[in-house]
Amino acid sequence: MQANDPNIKWIEEPKLGLTGKMYLPLFVQGLTTTTKHLLGPKVTVSYPDVRPTIGNPLIYRGVHRLNKDEQGRVKCVACFLCATACPAHCIDIVGVESPWPDREKYPESFTIDELRCIFCGMCEEACPVDAIELTSLFDLTGRSREEMIFDKEKLLSVYDQTKDTEPMKSNALGGTV
Amino acid sequence: MDWESLMQPLILPLVKIALLIFIMMTAAAYLVLLERWIAAWVQDRKGPNRVGIPLTKIRMFGLGQPLADGLKFIFKEEYTPGHVEKVLYTLAPLSIMAAALAVFAVVPIGDVLPIELPGTSGPIQLIVAPHIDVGMIYIFALSSIAVYGVILGGWSSNNKYGFLGALRSSAQLIAYEIPLGLGILGVVLAAGSLRLDAIIYAQAETGLWNVFAQPLGFSVFVIAAFAEAARLPFDLPEAEQELIGGYHTEYAGMKLLLFLIAEFLHMVVAAFLIVILFLGGWHFWGMTVDASQPIGWPMAIARIAILAIKVLLVIVFFMMVRWSWPRFRFDQLMNLAWKVMLPLGLVNLVALTIAYEYEYVNDLDGTTRGLWIMVAVGWAVALVSWVLAAVFSPLHTDNRPRRDVTDAPEYEYEPETLRQILATGTQRASANGP
Repeated sequence: MQANDPNIKWIEEPKLGLTGKMYLPLFVQGLTTTTKHLLGPKVTVSYPDVRPTIGNPLIYRGVHRLNKDEQGRVKCVACFLCATACPAHCIDIVGVESPWPDREKYPESFTIDELRCIFCGMCEEACPVDAIELTSLFDLTGRSREEMIFDKEKLLSVYDQTKDTEPMKSNALGGTV
Repeated sequence: MDWESLMQPLILPLVKIALLIFIMMTAAAYLVLLERWIAAWVQDRKGPNRVGIPLTKIRMFGLGQPLADGLKFIFKEEYTPGHVEKVLYTLAPLSIMAAALAVFAVVPIGDVLPIELPGTSGPIQLIVAPHIDVGMIYIFALSSIAVYGVILGGWSSNNKYGFLGALRSSAQLIAYEIPLGLGILGVVLAAGSLRLDAIIYAQAETGLWNVFAQPLGFSVFVIAAFAEAARLPFDLPEAEQELIGGYHTEYAGMKLLLFLIAEFLHMVVAAFLIVILFLGGWHFWGMTVDASQPIGWPMAIARIAILAIKVLLVIVFFMMVRWSWPRFRFDQLMNLAWKVMLPLGLVNLVALTIAYEYEYVNDLDGTTRGLWIMVAVGWAVALVSWVLAAVFSPLHTDNRPRRDVTDAPEYEYEPETLRQILATGTQRASANGP
């Protein structure tokens, strides 16, 4: 494209006044801004020493947990909706007949490969009984790949760990389930 | 031959050189840390604050960082690309480093130390070469050699970025050496000497720092010094965003380190010169100055400390400026040098010459009235010429290509052809013709 192309619309810049041309006001302005930031508060979080604050844990998507009901049973009914919704195919459920009369199935095993998970939150949106939820735990580490495959017990223990600080989202958000 | 006769000509200078190189290398390393800190703080970050004493968990606010940086450079692969001019490629960082260090031979880092050593006469002067009477000229000559290193590095790299950086550097440094010299001439006129220590004494004896008497010369000199040190907003020779580092694009490892240290030393020299020439050197008000009287230890140390603090403040200013203003475009840089700084420097020099001649004729040299006249003349000339330069400023701030000189033919598209061009995004339709 050339400078005299009729399709270019040139926008006139505002003319500099005398003070602008003298450069000194701009000089002072620039130095004031940088000095303000030099002395101002810093946004860096010194992470391992200081933990960052999560804005709203209810909408944060961290490590998964499997919720329990009032009697301490796993809420999941092994409907496979989360595994179907999962775009990363990281959820593996083995459903068997439930020993309890109020539901037909329950998960005998429920594993999530946290390394494959992309933390999109589709599983918690798909779940009809609000059994699977994403907590605000974000620093997820392990020494091996096997360690990062979370089974049912581990996911339930995440619930025990976080239930006091993070209530179940359906209750906290005034849900109906 | 006894060792006492070797003291003055050999041993003392060698000790001074060793100390000075140690101080300057350490200072350059810690200035890198300071630069990174200031860069971080200005951007609301915390900056390097982890590295402390090695193998312990003591962090010391990151004061171990220079050591880590240096080790990293030493252990880096010393890679030489195949397409370079080997001899000159190796010579370039050496020459720029040698020139940057040699400048310090005439830069005083204090006044004197009150020690009488056998074989020496009088107290020890804190200059490596105290008897060079052409100190300013020496500094100029060596800073021109630094340009040589830049050009050699850029040319021998056989790389377009490096070559462009070197070309820009040579043009810029040649252009800004003239206002730099004009700024210095005013100071030399005031002190009557080219020696840096004599210039400090001239300011200290009247108590009137040159910055107050010659504000215009000070502005011209500082701006030119920024350009000479290739610091932002005049860092076009490197301009990471445009030239990937400019003349040192093809360098790695220790050779790159030499370039980077030389750059920092240029900034340190510029800061030293600004302080010594215009900000009174080691002088501060309330200090009694008499060159003929010997000074004691407290005064000697106070003078070193004051000079060091002033230089450090100027360096911090250099670093703050880096984040305060955007880089000039190259034509703006050249316009500023030739059409603004050069005339301003000339005006300053002529006005000062007239004022000093008036002082001399009326025998007001050094009297209070004479000093007031100098200050009044200095500020009046500075204000008037600065405003005039602003009003008739030839600075070209427009960012558009110059439409008036383009010889491209006017477009005369048929509506159908134009639609086709816009749809396909190519000009093939017009090239083939209807």
